Amino acid sequence: MTDIPAQGSRTSGRGERAPIGRRTFMGYVLAGATLAVAAELPLGAPAHAAVPSVPQIPELYDLEDMQTDAARPTSALIKIVLHEDGTASFELPRMEVGQGITTSTAMIIAEELDLPVDKVRVTLAPARPELLLNQLTGGSNTTVSMFTPVRVAAAIARKALLEAAAIELGSAVGLLKSKAGVISAPDGSSVSYGELAVRAASSTVKMVEAELKPVSEFSVIGKPHGRDDARLAVTGQKKYAMDLQVPDALPTMVCRPPTLNGSPKSVRNKAEVLALPGVTDVAVVDTGVAVRAITFGHCIDAVRALQVEWAAGSVEGESDETILARLRKAELPLAVPDIPLLAKTVEADFTFMFRSSAALEPNCAIADVRIDRATVWAGLKSPIVAQGDIAKAVGLPQTAVTVNVITGGGSFGHKLFGDAAIEAAKISKAMGKPVKLMWHRADEPRQGRVHPMATSRIRATYLAGQVLTFEQRHTSVVTDFSHGLGEMITATADRLPTGLGGLAFSETIFTLTQELPYNFGVVTQLLSETDSRFNTGSMRNIYSPDVACANELVIDQLAKKMGKDPLEFRLAFLKNARVKAALKKVAEVGDWGRSMPAGTAQGIAIHSEYKGATAVLVEIDCRPQTVNRKVPNGATGPRVTKAVIAVDAGLVINPKGLEAQMMGGVSDGIALALTSSLHLRNGHFLEASWDNYFYTRQWNVPTDFQCVVMPSDSQQPGGAGEAGVAASVAAVACAYARATGTVPTRFPVNHSTVDFEVKPFVPPVPQSPSDGLSHTF
Amino acid sequence: MSTHTFILNGKPVTVDVDDSVRLLWVLRDVLGVTGPKYGCGINVCKACTSHVNGKAFNPCSVEVKDIGPDDEITTIEGLADTVDADLHPMQEAWLEYDVAQCGYCQPGQIMAAVAKVRQARAAGHEITDADLDEIRNICRCGTYNRIREAIKAGAERM
Repeated sequence: MTDIPAQGSRTSGRGERAPIGRRTFMGYVLAGATLAVAAELPLGAPAHAAVPSVPQIPELYDLEDMQTDAARPTSALIKIVLHEDGTASFELPRMEVGQGITTSTAMIIAEELDLPVDKVRVTLAPARPELLLNQLTGGSNTTVSMFTPVRVAAAIARKALLEAAAIELGSAVGLLKSKAGVISAPDGSSVSYGELAVRAASSTVKMVEAELKPVSEFSVIGKPHGRDDARLAVTGQKKYAMDLQVPDALPTMVCRPPTLNGSPKSVRNKAEVLALPGVTDVAVVDTGVAVRAITFGHCIDAVRALQVEWAAGSVEGESDETILARLRKAELPLAVPDIPLLAKTVEADFTFMFRSSAALEPNCAIADVRIDRATVWAGLKSPIVAQGDIAKAVGLPQTAVTVNVITGGGSFGHKLFGDAAIEAAKISKAMGKPVKLMWHRADEPRQGRVHPMATSRIRATYLAGQVLTFEQRHTSVVTDFSHGLGEMITATADRLPTGLGGLAFSETIFTLTQELPYNFGVVTQLLSETDSRFNTGSMRNIYSPDVACANELVIDQLAKKMGKDPLEFRLAFLKNARVKAALKKVAEVGDWGRSMPAGTAQGIAIHSEYKGATAVLVEIDCRPQTVNRKVPNGATGPRVTKAVIAVDAGLVINPKGLEAQMMGGVSDGIALALTSSLHLRNGHFLEASWDNYFYTRQWNVPTDFQCVVMPSDSQQPGGAGEAGVAASVAAVACAYARATGTVPTRFPVNHSTVDFEVKPFVPPVPQSPSDGLSHTF
Repeated sequence: MSTHTFILNGKPVTVDVDDSVRLLWVLRDVLGVTGPKYGCGINVCKACTSHVNGKAFNPCSVEVKDIGPDDEITTIEGLADTVDADLHPMQEAWLEYDVAQCGYCQPGQIMAAVAKVRQARAAGHEITDADLDEIRNICRCGTYNRIREAIKAGAERM
């Protein structure tokens, strides 16, 4: 019989859900030399409840559901293969960028297959267009959408192995036990998975059913596990795109325009640059002038030597102030419904500056474009979209483009776009040679993807101890969703909750992710966007860090006006038990309300997203001796001295990995609240490297950090990668406001400080220093 | 082009490359030693941190001509050999605390950590939070607290 998946399962009746915990699924034993299996999940479009005005949409159907629904129809196209050496392998149609999904997926397979985790090899699948919407890594959705399909495939593999073992051992399946990759019979005889891999193989595709392990029998899932690539990482053996040796793919860089999105008109000294030592090629592409040379050092010299005539960019003459003025014009009115005459109002207006989403590994890609085919190696979170874009850019059919997905050195949303892969392909085509393209660090903040500038306005009303209304109008520079999430919205349109029809992609994403889990009467949160001239993207946690920061600051103000302690106020108004439990936990572990010296304070905040809940408590030191401490070429200012984060991520696969993601979320939150932003002046961003784009550094880190993973009886994993950011930025902002007595209205709080020497725009990249030997330690 | 000889991870190497090429590119692009990573090229992010004669330095900011035949360059690939083990105690501590996320900065972090512990000891004390605050290596994944814990644990075994 066919059954319905427990996860995200919905029957045809509107609003009904299948009982949780049904564990029988269909799948396939595939034809192959060794055992190969795949999961089958029903294709029926699940129905969703109509959306009442309260609760909010994400409580019923959120971005996770949309992505999971989008992935479901092609889930059967993923497969697990058993090998004669006793290992199992799985090509994960997602991208590992540090979030630990290869490790957690190996754990899920190991659990269901009764195989040690280190015998499971999870690699990254190349772009597979047949997967349609099931190869996008974003929205912290990997484990949410892959959990059940991967388990089903592993369970089917185990079943096929048991059946083969029953023949081999002359026993019955029901009497056999599988453990650590070995199947034993009651008489003590045994056979290993490796020995069975060939025997369990099928020459035809067979449909079978298998039962999943009950959660109560889990012995791998939920136990801390170190990363599968940790040893490679600490020995320098882990390979990123730029570490790959592809024959003749020489180092390549691009001389980029002095203003954002400018383009080259002509090169005045091409012959001269071609004659420079080590330079092999110079080619004009739409984004700049590419140079290929024997080392990246030679490329830097050539980029600096190029004399280029540039056409104007997309935001000539614009600055922070002019863009903010445009946002102001696009702001939607706050329209409080009728409220009692005596109700009081809290109003707030916050501005969030541009931020760079660049990872430490800069944009990079290897491309080898020939007459009839192209091969690309790059870190891509949406490789099918990139494959199509590359095909279009070089004039080849999509089927002639092979896109290899390489583990990334961080993403934070940056690698959702194939910018470097597409550019590398164009350059390879123009030069007629393979290229290894690397963006200079200076190129990243100045021409790379950014998190858009936004304003968030809030009006809340209260009377007699109740919050009557809470309205938020978020206005943002346009966020580019052309990386695949937009296609998912189109494809899942019939399944989206009613009320979303006619919304733009960005508004849909906003509506599917923003949830204010408080009983605040009439709650409205709306997004409007303007100005699509910037290169933007979905930086880690997309809208939520800004939205939550604004909300939680206003909630502190409401608490103050209503004479309540911030913790007490939140506990009184929160409607979500999981959020409440997390909040109570951080208050207890972080010793909320303890006496603190003047100029220091605690801050507390919550967030609900990704099928989970987070709460953060921080302590901040804003005393002059701390704020004014000096670090050469670094931002100091207030220091977060303690951070406690509690996370309820539902069914946790790997607590160690989850804690790591929370730690990163707190580091991001500190940077977003206090130090990291881009300054737009006269058509370009001033920042050009890590000595002026101030991401959190060791001297900004809280020396006291604790993460509490909340117990959960959920059968479903929630998202982890982005879950720690929003409550962290909000808690830091709240603590800052309480320590200084001033509620900041612009973030990061140090944005008005530009105390760095702006690096030149022509040439676009700085020369490497040569005094490194005088800075040893 | 001219010839340059130095000791790399215990073995003499000779390369034919222009004098001014920064050592990072000699290591990565000429010799194929890719443990040291590029993150800025201006001695800011510290992702390429390696050792010269046992001290931390950043090869992105040293011209190959300034490295002599007797200079010993150690990259992450050669760190374990300096203690004649499969892994240096600092690498073991890194595994124990599961420090790496994306891993891109980690070779540089570990090389900086080893040098920082030695520097503190040369100054007559064990590593402190103030010393850790001086480490400039960026981790964009933000795994700073685990880095701090691992350095303290690794130091105890060094």
